[in-house]
Amino acid sequence: MLYFTRWRALGIVLTALIVCLCAVPNFFPEAQVKTWPAWTQRRLVLGLDLQGGSYLLLEVDGNYVKKERLDQIRDEGRRVLRDNKIGFTGGLTVRNDAVEVRISKESDVPTALSKLREMAQPLGGLIGSSGQRDLDVTDAGGGLIRLTPPQAAMIERMRKTIEQSIQIVERRVNELGTVEPVIQRQGNDRILVQVPGLQDPTRLKELLGKTAKMEFRMVDTSVPPDQAQQGRLPPESELLMSASPPPTPYVVKKQVLVAGGDLTDAQASFDQRTNEPVVSFKFNTSGARKFSQATQENVGLPFAIVLDNKVISAPVIREPITGGQGQISGSFTVQSANDLAILLRAGALPAPLTVVEERTVGPGLGQDSIEKGELAAYVGSILVIIFMLLTYRLFGVFANIAVAINVAMIFGLLSLLNATLTLPGIAGIVLTVGIAVDSNVLIYERIREELRGGRNAISAIDAGFKRALATILDSNITTFIAAAVLFYIGTGPVRGFAVTLGIGIITTVFTAFTLTRLIVAGWVRWKRPQSVPI
Amino acid sequence: MTHYVLIGLGILIAVLTVVAALGLLPSLRIVPDNTHFDFTRFRRVSFPVSAALSIVAITLFFTHGLNFGIDFRGGTLLEVQAKSGSADIAAMRSALDTLRLGEVQLQQFGGPADVLIRVAEQPGGDAAQQEAVQKVRGALGDSVEYRRVEVVGPRVSGELLAYGMLGLMLAIVSILIYLWFRFEWQFALGAMIANVHDIVLTIGFMSISQVDFDLTSIAALLTILGYSLNDTVVIYDRIREMLRRYKKMPMPQLLNESINSTLSRSIITHFTVTLALLALLLFGGHAIHSFTAVMMFGVVLVGTYTSIFIAAPVLIYLGVGEHREDAAEAATPAKKSKA
Repeated sequence: MLYFTRWRALGIVLTALIVCLCAVPNFFPEAQVKTWPAWTQRRLVLGLDLQGGSYLLLEVDGNYVKKERLDQIRDEGRRVLRDNKIGFTGGLTVRNDAVEVRISKESDVPTALSKLREMAQPLGGLIGSSGQRDLDVTDAGGGLIRLTPPQAAMIERMRKTIEQSIQIVERRVNELGTVEPVIQRQGNDRILVQVPGLQDPTRLKELLGKTAKMEFRMVDTSVPPDQAQQGRLPPESELLMSASPPPTPYVVKKQVLVAGGDLTDAQASFDQRTNEPVVSFKFNTSGARKFSQATQENVGLPFAIVLDNKVISAPVIREPITGGQGQISGSFTVQSANDLAILLRAGALPAPLTVVEERTVGPGLGQDSIEKGELAAYVGSILVIIFMLLTYRLFGVFANIAVAINVAMIFGLLSLLNATLTLPGIAGIVLTVGIAVDSNVLIYERIREELRGGRNAISAIDAGFKRALATILDSNITTFIAAAVLFYIGTGPVRGFAVTLGIGIITTVFTAFTLTRLIVAGWVRWKRPQSVPI
Repeated sequence: MTHYVLIGLGILIAVLTVVAALGLLPSLRIVPDNTHFDFTRFRRVSFPVSAALSIVAITLFFTHGLNFGIDFRGGTLLEVQAKSGSADIAAMRSALDTLRLGEVQLQQFGGPADVLIRVAEQPGGDAAQQEAVQKVRGALGDSVEYRRVEVVGPRVSGELLAYGMLGLMLAIVSILIYLWFRFEWQFALGAMIANVHDIVLTIGFMSISQVDFDLTSIAALLTILGYSLNDTVVIYDRIREMLRRYKKMPMPQLLNESINSTLSRSIITHFTVTLALLALLLFGGHAIHSFTAVMMFGVVLVGTYTSIFIAAPVLIYLGVGEHREDAAEAATPAKKSKA
């Protein structure tokens, strides 16, 4: 147990040294580290609880996605039946996650089935080899046909919705000019957004809380709004309210002239005449063509700019707008004009997002936590070091060296993994100091015992190590299992605790098996002791 | 101020290190070398006491319950600090009462300027929670600094609780499997009894002290589990070793020897962990206060007691070492033929 080949000893020292050196970038300012080679740019990341910032967990509305798909099937089904002149009674209805339609004549049912089945697309695009389609069309008997999107198709749709949403969220968050935001998918229907340094997430939540579905539609002038409110609404129009107070009703045609997807740019600016904040926008080629055509046909009539089913403004078309650009004015403030421009540039979300969890830590608390954590770490370490010296004297010195290297290695590994350090994480390190000495205590107590048992110095040290190491491994694995489970279930700060605890156990076992032994072995070779001062 | 203290302690360490390295310190024995305390006899006291305490803890759990934090109950938590002077809790309370947000708790937290505000979960799903926090921010305005704002919606809180409980179960089961694999099943069972005992008592403590039971508490529970087992495993390792070496020693005596010979280690280790936890408790700030308090109770008080007075003696009842005579006889001829 006390003999090391030269190569092995060298290997151990080098491993420890390299791992410790990994912690070095943390001691330099971030800007300076950025100029170093890429492989050195690994450092501890401070958790949001230490550096301050916002954590938001957003949920994509699965019901909305489903409802939208069912509505789409209903509209498309109606069109297919009409195009093929197949009569049906009672319209198409959405019921129990399916669309149902009753065909008037039994003899039309086979044609209806085959025409409706043409609506189905293969799942997973061209490479999809499963042969599954995104729509099941079944004959429920008695002329009733049921169109059901299968489970797999809905999951696929949800996945795509999440992917698109993440892109849009990314663009919107980046528009805020924040430093290193983290945007990740979590689970099946959630998006995690972490923005370090953001003190008040109100504006971020406002930006993310809007779908930003922008549409240009004509105002229906055939019915005055107050009559429409009493129920005299033409079938091709709907009643929408104004976005700005007081809520004013507008009768707006359902047909969309140009949608927000055709916008290429949007900027907040000031109107040259009135000097009030406006949002100026540009269309792409197809959008510009559609818009110019629509404005040519409707000179003198009002059109509505609709955002998320609210009318921002309804200006009258004075002349055809052919340049493919324009501006929206609608009692904006500078901020709201800016936000609208951001939303228009970033694009519309495919489904609404809800904030289901929010955690924000101000920079003051973060700084306090760092200071308190550091102080606790110093005091804890100092107390343990003094106690070890008093208890084991020379061997206490050995233990303290091992623990110091141990802590340095924890920081090295954490940096290497770009791990996040949280306040509970600091607690984990302090606790590791308490536990790291345990491996030494186990070894030393065993050596004491072996000495009492009548062995000579060297043989007692040897036996002490041999017997204690098995125990050290067994006892640390149990704690490691607990840490692993914690890592798996935990989020944020708790996960930070699991990481430092787990890494602390790994370095503790490594140090006990190699460095502590090496130090004691070196001492034995040098001193050739007759008795052990333990 | 603290800097000078730290520097002073640093110098003390340097001096002690030199003195220790030169061999000038007296030898310190926390546990005398030849301790033969009859720990297993205490099982007649410790088992009923533990059973009674466990029943008390369970009763407390069902009568007092745990003080679920917002992680598990949902709702809003704000930690605010008055920008000047100390916080006027009464004024804040009356400002918040006009919002009609249901149960709102205000509590001094740390210094006189710091206030912790808890708003119960609002009916009406996730969006309602967001509205509530907006209203609170509006009511308190700019007179305070928002040091921490946490909003947990109803769905997330349910999931977090389920995950937390699942994690606890998962940890117990996987540790058991490991122990079963490394030792015999009796040891695994003994460790599990000790395990459950620890968790039950700690939950009792959380119920009495009404500390927030949240994700951090689950972290504390899992850590307690890990360390209590760590301790148990050290004693079990020794018992296993003794079982191999002394085939004829009666079980209670063998257990006593095992506990006594690892006693010094148990006490020294727990003392160092206590020192570390004490530092966290005194200087680590409010954010981890309840975390360390629970840990202190679980690791230091319960964990040590359990491994000595429960985990080891319970092996007697689980029939460990009963068939050693046969094993010893079976082993003897093999030894002879080898010789």
